[in-house]
Amino acid sequence: MKRKLLDQLLADRAAQRTVVVATHLASGDQRLIHPGDNDPLAAEAALAIQSDKPRTVETADGDVFLNVFNPPLRMIIVGAVHIAQALAPMAAMTGYDVTIVDPRQAWATPERFPDIRIMDAWPDEALAELKPDHRTAIVTLTHDPKLDDPALQAALASDAFYIGSLGSRGTHAKRIQRLETAGFDESNHSRIHGPVGLNIGAKSPAEIAVSIMGQVTAALRGAAA
Amino acid sequence: MSTETRDILQSAADWQAAGRKVALATVVSTWGSAPRPAGSQLAIAENGDFVGSVSGGCVEGAVVAEALEIMRSGTPKQLDFGVSNDEAWEVGLACGGKISVFVERLE
Repeated sequence: MKRKLLDQLLADRAAQRTVVVATHLASGDQRLIHPGDNDPLAAEAALAIQSDKPRTVETADGDVFLNVFNPPLRMIIVGAVHIAQALAPMAAMTGYDVTIVDPRQAWATPERFPDIRIMDAWPDEALAELKPDHRTAIVTLTHDPKLDDPALQAALASDAFYIGSLGSRGTHAKRIQRLETAGFDESNHSRIHGPVGLNIGAKSPAEIAVSIMGQVTAALRGAAA
Repeated sequence: MSTETRDILQSAADWQAAGRKVALATVVSTWGSAPRPAGSQLAIAENGDFVGSVSGGCVEGAVVAEALEIMRSGTPKQLDFGVSNDEAWEVGLACGGKISVFVERLE
């Protein structure tokens, strides 16, 4: 790999741009393919980008390996609470670009969340700005309807691959009622994992974070959970 | 791109900026129960330091050894590892999968 190509790859990564590295395996010749580029392998690169899976393409000149560099998965955590303090670094370690959303400035402090991006906006405003997509997980942890409900409504209007909401069965049932009053039906709100997390008997905030991270992973990888 | 992948590429860039020879290894294909998927990467510095992984630790030693040679020659190489290939390679994948790893010098 040429240093110039590596630098461009690192620049694309920093700017959160999708890029494919095409490598001719016999010679080692390489080039970058960006979405929309006029490249002979543009269609194959688009398939690799969409599936987020590298692939090897046979060409007249020999095999070309297409390695996909999509921007990172994202997790938006609503509620700068104790569980979030465990979940945010866990998600970061798992490869997610994490944002904590909480308008209560006493909670959302850099001291409580070192190295994690914090937005002190209201959840509906924050989600409008963050534009969650099919590579985004959204977890609400405040169990305060004033904060969780607008976040969940925005989440349900998005393609987020995972939506989870902390709260007991009773809390969740009331939440569902409020969402139905707001016009969401079961085909929408059944996307919400509630009570949040896998049933592993989690008690402490860190254990609950593990159960959430496990459920998010299962949703991402298409495993039943 | 995962955080891990970013760290690997950044390490490669940092090592080279510090004047060290660097090689990159990338899993290009897998068969069976290979431990790391295609696209997984390993960056190797000339003193044998490495970050990332191309298997669960089964073949990294052999990849690092080849990488040191490729740093000298500059000729990229595709290495195949697997249980059915144990005549060519003393290191097999304990898990029974097969992987093909592309190793190149950072120029």
